Amino acid sequence: MFSILRDLIRYNIEFAIGLALVAIVVLFAALSFFSPVDPTLIYVAIPDQPPSAQYWFGTNSRGQDLFWQLSAAFRNSLIFGITVAVLSRIISIAVGLASGYIGGWVDRVLMFVNDIFVAIPIFPILVLFYFVLRNNMDSFTLALIMACFGWPFDARLIRSVALGLKHREFTRHAVFAGMSTRKVLLEEHLPYVMPIVFSTFMNNMLWSIGLEVTLAVLGFTNLNNPTIGTVLYWANSHSAMVVGVWWWILIPVILIVMTFLGLFLLAISMNEYIDPRSRLRRMGA
Amino acid sequence: MQGYLWFVGKRLLQLLAVIFCGISATFLVTHLSPVDPVEQVLGRLSARSNLSPEAIAATRAALTEMYGTGQPILQQYFNFWTRLLRGDLGPSLLAFPTPAMDLVGRAMPWTLGLLVTSTMITFIIGNLLGALAGYNPDNRFLKAFGLVAMGIQPIPYYVVAFILLIIFGYFFPILPVSGGFAMDVRPGLSWQFAGSILQHSILPALSLVLVGFGGWFLGMRALVSNVVNDDYVTYAELAGVKRSTIAGGYVIRNAMVPQITALAMAIGGVFSGTVITEQVFNYPGLGSLLIDAVNWGDYSLVLAVSTVSITAVAGAIFIVDLLHPLLDPRVRAE
Repeated sequence: MFSILRDLIRYNIEFAIGLALVAIVVLFAALSFFSPVDPTLIYVAIPDQPPSAQYWFGTNSRGQDLFWQLSAAFRNSLIFGITVAVLSRIISIAVGLASGYIGGWVDRVLMFVNDIFVAIPIFPILVLFYFVLRNNMDSFTLALIMACFGWPFDARLIRSVALGLKHREFTRHAVFAGMSTRKVLLEEHLPYVMPIVFSTFMNNMLWSIGLEVTLAVLGFTNLNNPTIGTVLYWANSHSAMVVGVWWWILIPVILIVMTFLGLFLLAISMNEYIDPRSRLRRMGA
Repeated sequence: MQGYLWFVGKRLLQLLAVIFCGISATFLVTHLSPVDPVEQVLGRLSARSNLSPEAIAATRAALTEMYGTGQPILQQYFNFWTRLLRGDLGPSLLAFPTPAMDLVGRAMPWTLGLLVTSTMITFIIGNLLGALAGYNPDNRFLKAFGLVAMGIQPIPYYVVAFILLIIFGYFFPILPVSGGFAMDVRPGLSWQFAGSILQHSILPALSLVLVGFGGWFLGMRALVSNVVNDDYVTYAELAGVKRSTIAGGYVIRNAMVPQITALAMAIGGVFSGTVITEQVFNYPGLGSLLIDAVNWGDYSLVLAVSTVSITAVAGAIFIVDLLHPLLDPRVRAE
């Protein structure tokens, strides 16, 4: 495990940059556990102060210290992304492995459902959920709904790997030795799809955090809960750019770009790692 | 030919299933929720004015009849489908008494135009440059382009649209940043009107293209650089086939197939990007309509926009899927 990580950092500059960016953002988000102020309170600092020694990222028009506000927002958004990714990974592993290994009508039914989920545009559905739930929609409900839509691409990917594993020697050995289907899938096949699970994990986080930002910017989430999206929403609704509170927009945007770029670089470099052809080319073999 | 018809039939069945499930989902979400649309509208009305109890009771009765919420749920589901098939989802509250479907029909061309043109531009530019970059991995210009693509691609639609808005609305105000056409132009079949539409669509389209093309570029580059190492390409090179023929007929054509599949899968995501772009640039399309409808608590309009957009996205995916066998003979033979 550690030797893989070391190789990746040494031979893959994208992985190294991605890891550094994500590490910075995660550290910054983790600081919120030591936050001296409650990020949900407003008017606790002098409003509209530019970045200074006292307020590193300045304060916004709602009287919040942006440093701690953003730290809490990134923590919440990262937790949100991880929740969606973990839940949807569970569904995609279950569907992908079962449909690839069992085959037959189970495969056909699961893939039919899969194709339906791929084709339904999630955005109108999420807006509908907000429309009926309004402020009862907390971020866990949102995460649950998104997890229900975030699995089909990756289930198909996992299925294609599972199809190949089915006819391998060791699967037959396991079956002859009397292993149950559940055990074959969890103990024999799961380790083989783990690299895909990790790389799609990052992609899924990108997708879910991006959607959350989209919804929040429109005002379609619980706006009192600090997240990346709600910070932008409030900056927007106070016309931060027009009144000259540029740090309220600029600093979050820089951090967002760092987060997204970091996760994206991690995802593509892991993808490359999974494909041995491109890995060999990079290592110069 | 028969194989192709089979393929079309199978996809058509899938299209119907998608539309049925998607629309049923919109019905279930809106009707099984504990929130009653009638009470929501009443809450809005009575918050702004003093209504007598009799007036409220009468409004409640009228609204209950209009939305049909008094009946058992199965009956409502059945009614919903019959009304939907007739294309009538009731009047919109936002622009009472215009039918919600009319508003959707008016907004549809704007979204469709923006979505189709920007997706096509994105797809063609991204794939062409990506293929070139994969085929000529040592070209400096294309390498730099890859870095830029990688930097922009993961940024959310909203942030890119907003950065463009700040640049062109604040620092270099040379392009219109709001609306679908200029206020002083009369809508109609004239060059002036068409030019105005074009000018207003530049920024929204640009933001969609900027976010989208990186994915195609990177995907195509990876695919082409894998295909280039395949045996049949080496063989063709050894046999002295012209480089341009190899690039066009051997490499790009084979690498194109997964990209078409990816295009079908990306359409739903591009649609949500369009919604946000329309909102940022105040573009009079489906996205702006959906947002207004939600903010106003306009039940019929929200249902109309969601059903139409689900149908439209599923239909677009179906059309792209039909192109698939034309590129890949294996699908035809299946």
